[in-house]
Amino acid sequence: MIELAEVKKTFSRGTVDEKVAINGITLHIRDGDFVTIIGSNGAGKTTALNLISGTYFPDGGNIVIDGVDVTNIPEHRRAKFLGRIFQDPLMGTAASMSIEENLAIADLRGKRRGLGWGVKKSRRGHYRDILKMLDLGLEDRMKDMVSLLSGGQRQSLTLLMVTLSIPKLLLLDEHTAALDPKTAQRVMELTEKIIKENNLTTVMVTHNMQQAIQYGNRMIMLHEGKIQFDIEGEEKNNLTVEDVVKKFGEKLKDETLLVA
Amino acid sequence: MFLSSFLRTIPISLEQGLAYGIVALGIVISFRILAFPDLTVDGSFPLGAAAVSRLIMEGIHPVYGVMLAIVLGFIAGCFTGLLNTKLKINSLLAGILMMTILYSVNLRIMGRSNIQLLTVNTLLTPLESLEMNRFIPIIAFFFLVTIGIKILTDMFLHTQLGFAMRATGDNEQMIRTLGTNTDNMTILGLGISNAFVALSGALVCQDQGFSDVGMGIGMIVAGLASIIIGEALLGTKTVQRMTLAAIVGSIIYKFIISVGLRLGLAPTDLKLATGIMVVLALGIPALKKEKEGKLHLRGV
Repeated sequence: MIELAEVKKTFSRGTVDEKVAINGITLHIRDGDFVTIIGSNGAGKTTALNLISGTYFPDGGNIVIDGVDVTNIPEHRRAKFLGRIFQDPLMGTAASMSIEENLAIADLRGKRRGLGWGVKKSRRGHYRDILKMLDLGLEDRMKDMVSLLSGGQRQSLTLLMVTLSIPKLLLLDEHTAALDPKTAQRVMELTEKIIKENNLTTVMVTHNMQQAIQYGNRMIMLHEGKIQFDIEGEEKNNLTVEDVVKKFGEKLKDETLLVA
Repeated sequence: MFLSSFLRTIPISLEQGLAYGIVALGIVISFRILAFPDLTVDGSFPLGAAAVSRLIMEGIHPVYGVMLAIVLGFIAGCFTGLLNTKLKINSLLAGILMMTILYSVNLRIMGRSNIQLLTVNTLLTPLESLEMNRFIPIIAFFFLVTIGIKILTDMFLHTQLGFAMRATGDNEQMIRTLGTNTDNMTILGLGISNAFVALSGALVCQDQGFSDVGMGIGMIVAGLASIIIGEALLGTKTVQRMTLAAIVGSIIYKFIISVGLRLGLAPTDLKLATGIMVVLALGIPALKKEKEGKLHLRGV
């Protein structure tokens, strides 16, 4: 389904600032996998997502999504395969546009945009229904500008936007890290619900080890641009934070990772 | 005495405000919708005037001149977009380069630095020869054109393509992950913006009876001043409000200018006064440390 073969990425190559971000990652993600990725700062987590989404192109290796080699396909043309949610709640929505306008944009992900009306009357009812699911009262504020919403509301809206046209792969880039703990919990529950209901193949990068262990069927740890471990199934279900710390404590220099 | 001179400035402010309101609408698309500080305007305004004047001098009906002006303005804007998106030239510099290039292009088109149109038939000649106060048909004409363009703009910005363009200015990363080529949106938007500006230039030169290669100097600053005045009064809550604000702002700006001139402001100090107006409007939020009032621009 998603195939990374010997993918490499180096920044500022040939300068004193040269930094090997991804040092040969080979990874096969199956349909329906929910993979969590952990690793300390600079381990290459976000770079890995950026390579999959096409924000950067790799220096070496191949990326294949659903049988299509996307290694050299630019970001906007991978959109039909991918949904992505960023850490910053401001990044997933257009602030100066209304809630329904944002939903309508997402409705056409990866499709041609023409001169038809942006918000189709026939879709309004559907937008209202899915907004109701959030239980935030947004269904009565569909004409409100998104800039009026809180971070948690915006991140929830971004999640809904993903579900409007189901992607082959959902990329979550620490998407609850900027929210307060209660809102983060809510958004994470909503995320899991949406992933389960739509059987989405998902890659979630997180700083929070508890979260990485609790969610998903597979967990990968990156360290210095390489896959340190890759566990799934029973083994992952029985994993505790203590186990990971005991095993890899010396590599997890980043304190923030250890606090669950 | 004072009041009557005040009132006498109203028709001329309406006429010019509406005519230059099309420039303000163009600047709304570049600055506000795309968040792109496009300085091409100072060159595409006289470009439109040059195109129509030259064709009129060649004996071709002004309607074709106006159409040519729109097309040339569109192309000029697209070039600025290409410089920025494909050659990665900073947005401000791309506009300055295009504006400079257009100065030579405009001189080439006109064949000299100015063309007078007072003694030839223009698009407005039939209106001016009507048996009534000249202002009535002229203001009606500019009202219809400018409002027509406003309505078309509002409609376009509510289409799928228009949404993608608004999202490009608002959150480029987001709309790219949703599958839009933001480079194309920037190029198209700048094309439309400068097509409006060139159209305005083509109409203004026929209204004032001459084209001059220097008639675009300070156009961007005057347009910005108009937008700022309009938005202060009407806000930017919806697209319709934003485009209306540009036109209303343009009329008020022209009104302020003509009152200023009547009160003794030297015409040579006009651009100084306008510049200070824009500096104050943009600077006051910064001095007050307000984040929201800050103009959001890409690529600067």
